[in-house]
Amino acid sequence: MRGEDKLPVLPFPAPNASHTPPDTPIKATDTADMLAHAIEALQRAMAPKPADPRAGDVPAQGDGRDCVEEDSFTPVGEPRWRGAASRRQTDSAKTSTPKTGTPKDGRMDVASRAFTPTDKDPLARRITALHFPRLTINRWQRHMDRTGQAPPPEIPIALAVEGSHGPVVHATNRAADQTGVHIGARVVDMRALCPELQVEFADVGGDQAALKRLMLWVRRWCPWSALDGPNGLILDTTGSDHLWGGEAAMLREIEGKLSTLGLETDLATAPTHGAAWALSRFGGVREVCLADELAQRTAPLPTAALRLQGDTVLLLKRLGLKTVGALADVPRLSLARRFQRAELGQNPLLRLDQMMGRMGEPLQSPDDPPRFSVQSNLAEPVLDPEPHMPDMAKELCAGLHAQGCGARRVTLTIYRTDGDVDRISVATSQASRDPAHILRLFDGKLERLNPGFGFDLITLDASVVEHVQRVQTRIEGGTDGGAELAHLIDRLSAKFGAENIRRPAPRDSHVPERREGWQAAMAPDGASLPAHTRPRPLRLLQPPEDIRVLYAVPEGPPAQFMWRRLTHKVVRFEGPERIAPEWWRDRPGTRLRDYYRIEDQNGCRYWLFREGIAGDGRGGAPRWCVQGIFA
Amino acid sequence: MRSALPPPKSATDLLMQRAETAGRKGEADAQPTLREVFSETVTDGAALAFMLAQLNPAKGPVLWVSDRLSRREAGVICMAGLDPKIDILRVDVSRSVDVLWAMEQGLGCATLGAVVGEVWGDPPALDFTASKRLALRSEAHAVPAWLIRRAGHANLSAARARWRLSSLASLPNADDMHAPGQPLWHAHLFRSRWGTPGDWVARAR
Repeated sequence: MRGEDKLPVLPFPAPNASHTPPDTPIKATDTADMLAHAIEALQRAMAPKPADPRAGDVPAQGDGRDCVEEDSFTPVGEPRWRGAASRRQTDSAKTSTPKTGTPKDGRMDVASRAFTPTDKDPLARRITALHFPRLTINRWQRHMDRTGQAPPPEIPIALAVEGSHGPVVHATNRAADQTGVHIGARVVDMRALCPELQVEFADVGGDQAALKRLMLWVRRWCPWSALDGPNGLILDTTGSDHLWGGEAAMLREIEGKLSTLGLETDLATAPTHGAAWALSRFGGVREVCLADELAQRTAPLPTAALRLQGDTVLLLKRLGLKTVGALADVPRLSLARRFQRAELGQNPLLRLDQMMGRMGEPLQSPDDPPRFSVQSNLAEPVLDPEPHMPDMAKELCAGLHAQGCGARRVTLTIYRTDGDVDRISVATSQASRDPAHILRLFDGKLERLNPGFGFDLITLDASVVEHVQRVQTRIEGGTDGGAELAHLIDRLSAKFGAENIRRPAPRDSHVPERREGWQAAMAPDGASLPAHTRPRPLRLLQPPEDIRVLYAVPEGPPAQFMWRRLTHKVVRFEGPERIAPEWWRDRPGTRLRDYYRIEDQNGCRYWLFREGIAGDGRGGAPRWCVQGIFA
Repeated sequence: MRSALPPPKSATDLLMQRAETAGRKGEADAQPTLREVFSETVTDGAALAFMLAQLNPAKGPVLWVSDRLSRREAGVICMAGLDPKIDILRVDVSRSVDVLWAMEQGLGCATLGAVVGEVWGDPPALDFTASKRLALRSEAHAVPAWLIRRAGHANLSAARARWRLSSLASLPNADDMHAPGQPLWHAHLFRSRWGTPGDWVARAR
């Protein structure tokens, strides 16, 4: 229903646990192994062909398949066993024709892992890289636009983060760029450079969360996407571009859709992750690079396009290797020897291999977060959803149970025959997957639905979901208090509204009505305050009620007062207890209060206060109020 | 893996339990059931204090339901004046019917320490049937229920004990002869199912 614009997610083999991911640093022994492999491959290429190809070929192929299959990527989502079976068939068919273990073209001649012709072409994938050069400032701008406080674009703006020596510029807009403000500099220096610079603080965590949401959002174009650095995304668009009218049209569409979200985007499509990354950041606008022109298109790019870290780029620059092409021309063995112990991020040879497709770099696309929704299609329009609810709730809870989740918010939506949609939602204070409990929360709420002329589709979905910890309660069968109480709170909240079910959350204040804080019972527990040392009433009148009092001016205790048309004589009193206004919170003219605990002629005990003193310069005669009732 | 709650007591269980404790003094008073406390005047704190003195904060949180008129005329519960150990779950409703509904829901939850309802006046919903329901539910789940009645009359009710409370002049204060000391109340038990009605001068422990 919701995801009709989404392509179905095809199953694909999960990366094998035993396989080391490509981002882990390659050990020195691995590099040595790879060198040995390279030499072996060279020798094999130069040696004469074996007399009987079948005898030497079949086991070698088996080995090659096993090691490649683990990090190979099946773009059509073919299950592993089926892919292996079909490949075995093609293998047996191909063994009739004599062939060698050498690769079919020159790309693999010195590859560390010898590719056999039966392997899939590593350059057959299509990878699209998205780069958001101004993600932070774009998001900030959009937020300001929404709240209606957006500054005009000619004002230089910088977003800062806290550095070790004061704030540091994290993002800038174009106007700030033109005045020379650059990222990574200290804000005080940039203020000296550009006095009219407007500085705000950046929301780094929010940017990352937004990028994660965007990663799921871009799956409208292809089923696999992953995060790529702090401001980039990577998409595997193999085989999905034709749905959008070709790669160029797809890139235009992606750019257009993202610009409606207010994001500036650089994007490129290439056969490998490395090449797409490089072309999106350092290439032209919306570059589409085919497999055969990979070397040619990447050759003029600077070495920083190889995803190398700062020191290595500087080192290569000092060695006179300024472009990728220059680096590719260096003999492989000397590069391997020079960067033998370097990690992946500092190893130009491995990065070059990744870019040219000689080394696999699988895209590890996280799964979609589970969505819990059940629907029931009705043959005829009905007016009452109630008979269908138990089955739907049971099905929903079974789905939640299978994933180890519980619902915090459940929404019932009806789709009316006249095209209108109506929904009700209920919330729980503890994640729940108990169908009976969820059904009870809908009690008395279903009447609020407007069925119109009937509806023929009902959906029940868990819109907010949490993981549920299974708790083993006492084995002898004690009560499980937390869950019982949570269910009670849910039922009461569903009937009276969550804001009317409250727990005490006292605030640290001397003013009695301010100390009495209450928070919704569904919220997590608040802090508690130590008990009061002074006597405090059992009940508090809200607001305090005005009374007429007979007392000795200016500061005497009350002698008699009139409240609710009854005269109370003060028999005994205690006080005053003076509570001063909170200067950090109250208005300047607020008067102090002198509290008296009194007992009247009937034995009732009240809490009175006089607000202000006659002649304190904060208004006329002081006002008397009754605020509390004692035991 | 949730263990089941103990099943609610049936009428037979309750009768047998009552027969066992019938002869012993004091035990019937401690049994959880529905009790009603009337306040002599609207702004008297005695009824509330008398009820609070009999709550056991260790048993669990207290569900405190009050209707709109009670809150407006007699104020809201003040946490600063209560025992700090007591945990309150406050439910604000507008009508007396909702007070009864919320109390009945709360009485089904055996983990609650007590259920307190504040009802203003004599609502038609609070009749013999409603109070009987509350009393039976309270006994079956062993959760004490208290109804605090203000500006109401002692009409027909199934509450097992009905009290009328008023304040008395407090004891002298040893530190300050002008100040009120320990509070005293006049407790009048005018209807009791298991005990003998009577008058007492009560004070908090």
